[in-house]
Amino acid sequence: MDWIELVWLLLGFLIANILGYGGGPASIPLIYEEVVNKYAWMTPNEFSNIIALGNALPGPIATKIAAYVGYDVGGIIGAIVALAATIIPSILALIVMLKLLQRHRESKIVKGISLLVQPVIAMLMVVLTWQMARDSIIDIGWLQTVIIAAAAWWAMAVKKFHPALIVLAAFIYGGVVLPLLA
Amino acid sequence: MGQYTQLIWAMMKTGVIGFGGGPSVVPLIRHEAVQQYGWLSDEEFAEVFGLANTLPGPIATKMAGYLGYRLKGTLGAIVAVLAHILPSSVAMIICMSMVKFFSSSPIVQGMISAVVPVVAVMLGMMAYEFAEKAVKGLGIAVGIAFFIIAIVLLQWAQLHPAIVIIVFIGYGSVHYRLKASLGKLKGGRS
Repeated sequence: MDWIELVWLLLGFLIANILGYGGGPASIPLIYEEVVNKYAWMTPNEFSNIIALGNALPGPIATKIAAYVGYDVGGIIGAIVALAATIIPSILALIVMLKLLQRHRESKIVKGISLLVQPVIAMLMVVLTWQMARDSIIDIGWLQTVIIAAAAWWAMAVKKFHPALIVLAAFIYGGVVLPLLA
Repeated sequence: MGQYTQLIWAMMKTGVIGFGGGPSVVPLIRHEAVQQYGWLSDEEFAEVFGLANTLPGPIATKMAGYLGYRLKGTLGAIVAVLAHILPSSVAMIICMSMVKFFSSSPIVQGMISAVVPVVAVMLGMMAYEFAEKAVKGLGIAVGIAFFIIAIVLLQWAQLHPAIVIIVFIGYGSVHYRLKASLGKLKGGRS
């Protein structure tokens, strides 16, 4: 474990989280950019597993991702560093802002900023969705990808099943059916 | 119960019963802070939440950190945030480590592969939610125009997402002023 890796962890999670407006989920594509594309700490498949488990387990999503990636890269210290970079800046900013600028919330500048970030986050999510779908088609073929995706969409959007149930169902299907096809 | 115990208990509870990431946890935190323990009024909670929403970073931890700070200062903030995130962080590390440990087995490989399309659907649905918010705030025509600009900058120009966000933030800071002066211009003509 190199200390420079800790610096990269700190920087990576800092950048991904200070640019994510709209809570933890908004930061997911930015974390992907740092963790998969830039530092190659995780493969795209590993990252999608992190998202799946992160959505299946309770609690804030950004901190769950930071905890695991940090732990995988640099053990307990890595987890602490990644978590600190994820949460401390935004909490400090909130406390300072509430102390100094109670009126700032009404500011048109701040409102404009948080509105204009939405289209970028939306498009980053679209790109990530496309990449996941493409990787899946390469991995298990388009037929299985479409079957699983359609079932997941039906369960999530139409039936409103709990995400944990859907991830569990996918795990069972993947453990039982996919090894037979391979 | 001392306030520290209340704080730890409330934040731990909201950290382990809330599914779907921070934004869906906020109503649970509000329930504890306003209804259960009366740490602050509904209006004050709404005000803090409104401000927290305009700041970047995960939202639930911002609320937990603020509540802890308001009750017990810096130490309170640290205690509240740790109580909120530690259980789920540890669970995540254990679960992922198990997946990794067994990842050479074909069964686990099948499980890993099968979950990728599910994640694609989850992300697609999140994309839709963010797009919906953008269209609601900007109108359909302007919203779509900004989607196109964003996708061109990200995919075609291959700019780092951070740079694209900074560009949009830069424009966002003058968006309402621009809109107001455009409105005046139109109003003057008619």
